[in-house]
Amino acid sequence: MDFLRPASWEEALAAKAEHPTAVPIAGGTDVMVEINFDHRRPEYLMDLNRVGDLFEWEVGAESVRLGASVPYTRIMENLRAELPGLALASHTVASPQIRNRGGVGGNLGTASPAGDAHPALLAAGAEVEVESVRGSRRIPIDEFYTGVKRNALAADELIRAVHVRKADGPQQFSKVGTRNAMVIAVCAFGLALHPQTRTVRTGIGSAAPTPVRAKVAEEFLNAALEEGGFWDNGKIVTPSVAQRFADLCSAACNPIDDVRGTASYRRHAVGVMARRTLTWTWESYRGARRITEGAA
Amino acid sequence: MRVNFTVNGRPQEADDVWEGESLLYVLRERLGLPGSKNACEQGECGSCTVRLDGVPVCSCLVAAGQVEGREVVTVEGLADYAGQRSCGTGDRTSPSGTARDTDSQTGEGTRLAPIQQAFIDAGAVQCGFCTPGLLVAADEMLERNPDPTDADIREALSGNLCRCTGYEKIMDAVRLAAARQSEGA
Ligand SMILES: Cc1cc2nc3c(=O)[nH]c(=O)nc-3n(C[C@H](O)[C@H](O)[C@H](O)COP(=O)(O)OP(=O)(O)OC[C@H]3O[C@@H](n4cnc5c(N)ncnc54)[C@H](O)[C@@H]3O)c2cc1C
Ligand code: FES
Ligand code: FES
Repeated sequence: MDFLRPASWEEALAAKAEHPTAVPIAGGTDVMVEINFDHRRPEYLMDLNRVGDLFEWEVGAESVRLGASVPYTRIMENLRAELPGLALASHTVASPQIRNRGGVGGNLGTASPAGDAHPALLAAGAEVEVESVRGSRRIPIDEFYTGVKRNALAADELIRAVHVRKADGPQQFSKVGTRNAMVIAVCAFGLALHPQTRTVRTGIGSAAPTPVRAKVAEEFLNAALEEGGFWDNGKIVTPSVAQRFADLCSAACNPIDDVRGTASYRRHAVGVMARRTLTWTWESYRGARRITEGAA
Repeated sequence: MRVNFTVNGRPQEADDVWEGESLLYVLRERLGLPGSKNACEQGECGSCTVRLDGVPVCSCLVAAGQVEGREVVTVEGLADYAGQRSCGTGDRTSPSGTARDTDSQTGEGTRLAPIQQAFIDAGAVQCGFCTPGLLVAADEMLERNPDPTDADIREALSGNLCRCTGYEKIMDAVRLAAARQSEGA
């Protein structure tokens, strides 16, 4: 094995072009487990910790450009207002020690259906900025996950940053597991209200071969909210609408039975989380509306 | 490969390090610092917790080559590290070897850090396997948050498993250390 230590982003791209089999290591919280257990013996291990840019983030007008190596701890501490869904999801990852090292770049690199960043990114709306010596491109998050633990990266590409749309309304993240810390999701659900476009977006984790959006459920809910004038009148979402939305979210799953849970439990739990996160976010949307109207 | 880094305030050089080796392995097997424990090698138990440039991490998940040029504090250096902090020397990440008759490298002869004393006084140590990691994690929390709530303590220690104590005595120990720290302040 060779250990590559690029000191800059340009050096990292050059090294990846020269050695396409090189395995990048950022926080190491996925890579080192595989190496410690002999599940992986890469020819080259490429340390990204020296590439300072990857630890930075910028809050822009429309979105946050989040460097690939920004640890979850930083996201929780600094981006709760701009990226509430991702901050909540980050807080459910493993433990403080893991959150101090692991980040979204590694979560995307692994592309596990159980990765907690994914439902939040799908719900918020995001693009993954990837680069190689050939050039840079932005992959919409919906097109990033291509199969079980597979993503759209080419062999010579690295993830530089994720551009996540800033929240324009309430967001929630919910995760089912056996306890509160150090738990891989049995399944997870992210939901974001986007009052500016009057749309709702979702993300489902660990209930299909890849993280997915419940698109049919979103379309149903968008139409129902529009039809009932809910965005304007701020009424409680009709229980039958919430239930139909939940059922459609369950239907968007394509889960398996495994040690963590059965397929039918996952489908059921996703429906429950969909209904709850809709209720929570809609309540805070109504609350915020009342405050702004009261002030006006 | 060779790795140069600072451990408990002293420059160290590890030779013939395999490229896939963990920081934990280097500490225990190459530098003679067995304080950090190896219980799972997959980030689940926290018994290998060390400070890397001040940040608590699982040393079993840090590749040895990633620590080149960086500063590591292990449980062996915890007393000195905490001592520097309470003396207010300012530079918390690089405790210099003080002129006491102690060894900040192995921890031999060093007086205990307040958190270590509190663990003993509260009876928070049974088999002791989880203890080094808990001490490093708890000490870091007390540095950041001198007046923690029970929820803060649980959160800070949520990455450290103990199979013996049932955690109650550990909670007592951290509360005790926090109380003593604020009395001293
Ligand atoms: C005990 C434990 C508990 C965990 N619990 C959770 C959990 O609750 N939820 C969760 O989502 N995850 C969990 N994980 C998994 C892991 O912590 C996350 O996936 C984390 O986001 C990985 O980030 P990292 O920086 O450590 O990745 P690394 O291990 O460094 O890398 C992961 C993958 O991404 C690739 N990669 C990293 N950076 C880049 C880049 N810039 N460009 C291209 N490829 C890159 C690597 O080559 C590798 O394939 C857990 C892990 C452990 C050990
Ligand atoms: S040995 Fe590192 S977390 Fe268990
Ligand atoms: S004292 Fe035995 S594991 Fe904690």
